[in-house]
Amino acid sequence: MSGALTVPALPAGAPRRRPGARWADEAYRRGLGALALLVFVVVALIVYEIARGAGPSIRAFGWHFLVGTEWDPVADRYGALPYVFGTAVSSGLAMLLALPLGLGTAIYLAELAPHRVDQAVSFVVELLASIPSIVYGIWGLFVLAPLLRTLVEPWLIQHFGFLPLFQGFPFGIGMLNAGIVLAIMVVPTIASLSREILLATPPSLREAALALGATRAEAIAVAVDAARPGILGAVILALGRAVGETMAVTMVIGNSNRISASLLAPGSTMASVIANEFTEATGALYLSALVEIALVLFALTLVMNAFARLLVLWATGGRSDAAGAA
Amino acid sequence: MPQAQPEPGRERVLRPLHTGRPALRRRVWDACFVGASGLSAFVVMVPLALVVWHLLAKGLPELNLDFFLHLPKPVGETGGGMANAIVGTLILVGIATLIAVPVGVGAGVWLAEFGRGRLAAAVRYTADVMSGIPSIVVGVAVYGLVVVPMGRFSALAGGVALALLMLPTIIRSTEEVVRLVPRSYREAALALGAPRWRTTQDVVIPAASAGIVTSCLLALARASGETAPLLFTALGNRFWSLRVDQPMASMPVFIYDYARAPYDDWNRQAWTGALVLMLLVTLLSALVRLTTRRAPRP
Repeated sequence: MSGALTVPALPAGAPRRRPGARWADEAYRRGLGALALLVFVVVALIVYEIARGAGPSIRAFGWHFLVGTEWDPVADRYGALPYVFGTAVSSGLAMLLALPLGLGTAIYLAELAPHRVDQAVSFVVELLASIPSIVYGIWGLFVLAPLLRTLVEPWLIQHFGFLPLFQGFPFGIGMLNAGIVLAIMVVPTIASLSREILLATPPSLREAALALGATRAEAIAVAVDAARPGILGAVILALGRAVGETMAVTMVIGNSNRISASLLAPGSTMASVIANEFTEATGALYLSALVEIALVLFALTLVMNAFARLLVLWATGGRSDAAGAA
Repeated sequence: MPQAQPEPGRERVLRPLHTGRPALRRRVWDACFVGASGLSAFVVMVPLALVVWHLLAKGLPELNLDFFLHLPKPVGETGGGMANAIVGTLILVGIATLIAVPVGVGAGVWLAEFGRGRLAAAVRYTADVMSGIPSIVVGVAVYGLVVVPMGRFSALAGGVALALLMLPTIIRSTEEVVRLVPRSYREAALALGAPRWRTTQDVVIPAASAGIVTSCLLALARASGETAPLLFTALGNRFWSLRVDQPMASMPVFIYDYARAPYDDWNRQAWTGALVLMLLVTLLSALVRLTTRRAPRP
């Protein structure tokens, strides 16, 4: 820690510090410390407020809330399974697409690319991460959806229609669209974090492998193997972002509360149903059910993040400047 | 260093060293591996090019001065602009900055200068975990904490929601840049007889100020593109309003509403809005990153 300083005792006869200085030091330190402790207060307030708001729904439905498929504001009966399902499918699809691409990019940047290429591509990846999610949403809705509807989905139905995954009507919007947009959005997280983690592994690993006659791919495999826990952390962080992502998904997923095996069918995620229905929720129980979905979402991302941060911190030896930025 | 000599009898059993190139199978695998990783780096950049291209192609034709100076027109009339949403976003982000910057910078400086031990580690970890809370969840919480007690949607609530999203970023990056200030600065100030607090306040923080401003700007840029937390805090407003206790328009919510509307003219305006937002957010963060790239990393 470069900030850690100990002031050695002054030799006898040295000028004494003013008597007020110690008091002022203490006040300054405590004042800043109080601001830091506000972080705990803020998180506690968020947890308290969401748990309190979800109370009526938890009392009314209990655990059945998570497995019920009925979402009926008229009869005031709520089950969140379609949304949990939608979140799982869209995020899973996104990870399936983003993981190989992100990891490949990270390996290329950290191990193979010339310095200038690394700098340039890393910059583009950072730019990708900074694009607002609403921009991805509008792109998915007006560019990707027509492309899927007219080209990709008819082709999938024609050639892979025997699989339940690709049956139905080509809507353009739906799980597939949401998965692709989410993949584009989480690739920067995987790529930039994995790159940092690979760079943090000792170079001697590769040197030793190369000295034994390994090819580049074999030497890199050794480094990737050593970086595995950190990369797992990066992937879980990305998954957490995909699970919590709201606007882009809401715009391209089609917002239906039916569970369908087909990737071409419209669906909903936990985040998108909150965005869609929160301001329209009229009944107290309706609102509470939506807050309970937020609570589930919160708990889910909290667990994933807490675990992933530990992995990333451990893998980079506490030097995870990328963890905050990505 | 003495070399381990092979035992004379075993020498013949060892296979001869490969003096030439690795076997063909390994070379092919190596080429495939290197090619695939290079290809994926290329593929990752394609969406950025596509998004930028479509934003320019669809947003640019509608971009004119009216868009910045006029209010939205009633349904059915074409034209109009999003002047209220642009000003609204500036106000919302301004409120968020006023809340998040003092707290975040203070906490970051504390972590860097005094943050040792378990408590500091817990603060760091909590801030990191907090940055992973989905923005929609923050919106729901602020709805309960601010909107319900106030009795109405308001710009203030929107600002609070954005501030909560900015806070973790500011804390962690401030800590990082303050740590970069050379130790000798602190030693020099202390040697001159300055107390610890003056050392931090008048030497360390000014030395790190460029980096602190950068980290605040990055958080600000990200917050100005956020939509989800504003949906049920600041809500949105089709009219001109500067009152912070009333619902306020913002660019992301404007784009969201216009993109989902069944009118072509509104959809076109949504593209233009997205272009303007992207210019604001992404150019800001690109500029910030380019200017700080030269600074040494920790």
